[in-house]
Amino acid sequence: MQKLVLLGDEAIGQAAIDAGLSAIYAYPGTPSTEINEYVMASKEAKEGRIIASWTVNEKTAVESALGMSYSGKRSMACMKHVGLNVAADPFINSAITGVNGGMIVVSADDPSMHSSQNEQDSRFYGNFAMLPILEPSNQQEAYDMIHYGFDLSEKFHVPVLFRITTRLAHSRSGIERKAVRTQNPISLPENLKQFILLPAIARKRYQVLLSIQDALEEESENSGNNVYIDGSDKSLGIITTGLAYNYLMENFPDRTVPHPVLKITQYPLPRKMLQKIVSECKEILVIEEGMPVVEETLKGILDHGIKIKGRLDGSLPRSGELNPNLVAVALGKPMIKGDDVPSLIVGRPPSLCEGCPHTDSYFALNEAMAEYGKGRVFSDIGCYTLAALPPLEAINSCVDMGASIPMARGAADAGLLPAVAVIGDSTFTHSGMTGLLDAVIANSPITVMILDNSTTGMTGGQPSAATGRLKQICLGLGVEENHIRILKPLRKQHTENVRAIKEELSYQGVSVIIPTRECIQTLNRRMREKFKNKKTE
Amino acid sequence: MKNDIIIAGVGGQGILSIAAIIATAAVNNNLYIKQSEVHGMSQRGGEVQSHLRISSSPIASDLIPTGAADMIISLEPMEALRYIPWLKPDGWIITNTEPFLNIPNYPPIEDVLAEIKKRPHHIMMNADEVARELGSEKAANMVILGAATRCLDIPYEEIEKAIRNFFGRKGEEIVKMNLSALAKGREMALL
Repeated sequence: MQKLVLLGDEAIGQAAIDAGLSAIYAYPGTPSTEINEYVMASKEAKEGRIIASWTVNEKTAVESALGMSYSGKRSMACMKHVGLNVAADPFINSAITGVNGGMIVVSADDPSMHSSQNEQDSRFYGNFAMLPILEPSNQQEAYDMIHYGFDLSEKFHVPVLFRITTRLAHSRSGIERKAVRTQNPISLPENLKQFILLPAIARKRYQVLLSIQDALEEESENSGNNVYIDGSDKSLGIITTGLAYNYLMENFPDRTVPHPVLKITQYPLPRKMLQKIVSECKEILVIEEGMPVVEETLKGILDHGIKIKGRLDGSLPRSGELNPNLVAVALGKPMIKGDDVPSLIVGRPPSLCEGCPHTDSYFALNEAMAEYGKGRVFSDIGCYTLAALPPLEAINSCVDMGASIPMARGAADAGLLPAVAVIGDSTFTHSGMTGLLDAVIANSPITVMILDNSTTGMTGGQPSAATGRLKQICLGLGVEENHIRILKPLRKQHTENVRAIKEELSYQGVSVIIPTRECIQTLNRRMREKFKNKKTE
Repeated sequence: MKNDIIIAGVGGQGILSIAAIIATAAVNNNLYIKQSEVHGMSQRGGEVQSHLRISSSPIASDLIPTGAADMIISLEPMEALRYIPWLKPDGWIITNTEPFLNIPNYPPIEDVLAEIKKRPHHIMMNADEVARELGSEKAANMVILGAATRCLDIPYEEIEKAIRNFFGRKGEEIVKMNLSALAKGREMALL
C-alpha cells in the first residue's frame, strides 16, 4: 500500500496532471492556493509542458481556462469561494458558450470563515449557471472525480464546478493514482459561432444548456457518485453531501448505519434517489457542509408534509463548519467532551510578523491621521487587514478585493475628508486599478496607500503582478506624477514618511503613496535559498 | 490500532513538520492516515493546530471528535491546554514548557504548568533548552516528537527513517542534529 500522501488540494493538482490537463490558472486564496502550487512544483507537469500560472485575478483565470478549452485542451481554474464572485461573469456565461476541451472550475469554500470574509456556498453558483457540480467527500474521491469531471465536461460540452471546503482542501491522506492520460491535441470547436454570445446566438445556446438538464440529472443518478445505502431502520433517512458523509460515519465505529443513507457528491440532485429516501423514511436528516442548499431544495417554500431536520430547524447549527460532535448531537447521540478549556487560557490572535513593512507604514499613517480622528481609513484584503486589531487599530473597513479605493472615493464624495484607502500591491492589480481610474476621472480628493511588499503575502508569498509596475500603472491611470510618492517603510524614516503622508492628505486630488519594502517572509526565504546555493557551490 | 493526535503550537514553531514526519512513518508502516492542518490567516503568529489520525483501518473524519484524542503534542504549554476538550480522560499531554510570548496578557507560566500537571498523564520538558544545548534551537520540535514516541504505536526506527527522509535534502549535518534531538527527547521522557 505505497500511496502518495497528499492534501485534498494537492490530490486535485495531481489528478489534473494525470487526467491530461494542459493548463491551470489561479489567483491565490485560502483554502485553494495549494492546487496551483502543486502543479507548479510538479516535475511531471514540467515534463508535460503543462502551463501553471498565477493570474491577476479569478476572472482572468476562468477566461484563460475558457480560451484553452476553446482550443480543444483540458483546462482548470482554481479559486477560493469569494473568488468565484469575481469570476462570476465568465463562469455563468461559459455555461452558455459551452466548452470544447474539458474544463473544471475549482471553488474552495471556507465554512466557519477560517480565512475569509463570508461563508458563501459555491453550489448556488453551480445551480445558478445550471452546470454539473462535483463535491468529493475525501481526498481519494477528489483525485478520482477530477478524472471523471474532465470526461463529464467533454461528454456534455459544459464546464464542471468542483466544490471543496477547507477541511478537505487542507487535510492529507493516502491517494492511489490512476493511469496517466495524454493531453488533447489542439482543435477548434465544431461550431465556430458557439462562443459568440450575440443575443441571437446566445438564445440558441441557452436552449442547448436547458436541453441537457435532464441528461445531467440522469448522469447524477447513474454515475455511481451518488450512492443509496439501504438500512433497516426507516424511522430516519439521512442525506449527506460532500465531506459531511465522513462525520456521519465517524459516529458509527463499525461503519454501518442502521438507517438508509443517501450520499451525494454530484449535482444536479438525483431526484429519483431523493424520492426513494423521502418516501421510504419517516423523517429526513440532511447533513451538509456549508449552507443548507439541499435541505432548502427538499423543503421548498411550501410545506409538503415531509419532516426534514438539518441546519434550518436547529438540529445542526445554521452556520459554520460541521464536525463529528455536531453530527452526533443531530443523531441524538450524547455529546462526548473532554475537560473544559481552563479559564486562564487566553486567545492568541494572528498578527503582523516581526519586522513586517506594513507595521511601519501604519505607524506613519496613524500619526499623520491623528489630528483628524478615527474612522477615515478604508482598507482591503490581505495581511495588512490585521491592522484592524490592537495595537495598530488603523483601519475601518475590509469588504472585498479592491473595495478600499472606491469606498474612499464614495466617502470623499459624501464630504468625509480626508478619506484614505489602504490596499496591498497584489490586491491593487487584482481589483484596485479600476477603482483608482474612477477616482482619477472624478478628481476625487482621496489618498491611496498601496502597501508594496512585492508579494501576495497572506497566502504564503506568491509572486505579485504589481511588482516593479506600480508607478507606471498609476501614471498610466492618470495620477499626477508629483502626487505619486514612493516611501521606504522603516522606523528610521518615520518622521519623513509622516510628513509625506500629511502633505498628500491635504492635496485636493488623487494622490498615491507607495511604501515599498519586501515582505519579511519572502526576504528571509530568499536569503536562506541564497545561503544554501552558496554553500553547495 | 488507532492513535488520534492533536499537535499544537504557535505559527512558525514547526508543528507541521512533526505532523508530516509522523504521517510519513505511519504510511510507510502500512497504516491509514488523515491529517488536517491550518493555513492562511491563522498562521501569522497565532495559535495553530493539526489533527493527525493514524489507524490500521480506514478513517472516516478528518477531524478528531472531542473527548477522543489519545494525546496532545504541543510545542508551547498554554497551547497544549487550549485543546483539552479533545483529550480523552486517560490521554497524554506531551509538551514543551517554554512559553512563546507574543501576546501582552500571557498568564503566569507557573499557573499554566500547574494546570498541565493536574492531568494524570503528562510529559513536560523545556525542549528549547535541550535543543539549544544540542546546538540548534530549531530542533525543539524534534525533542518533543522524541518524547512523544513513547506514546506512539509506531516503531521508533520508522520515525527515524521519516526524519532522514524529511531533512535529507538539507544535508547529513541537519539530519544528524534532528536525530539526536529526537533521541534526547525520547530519553528525557523517562526521567
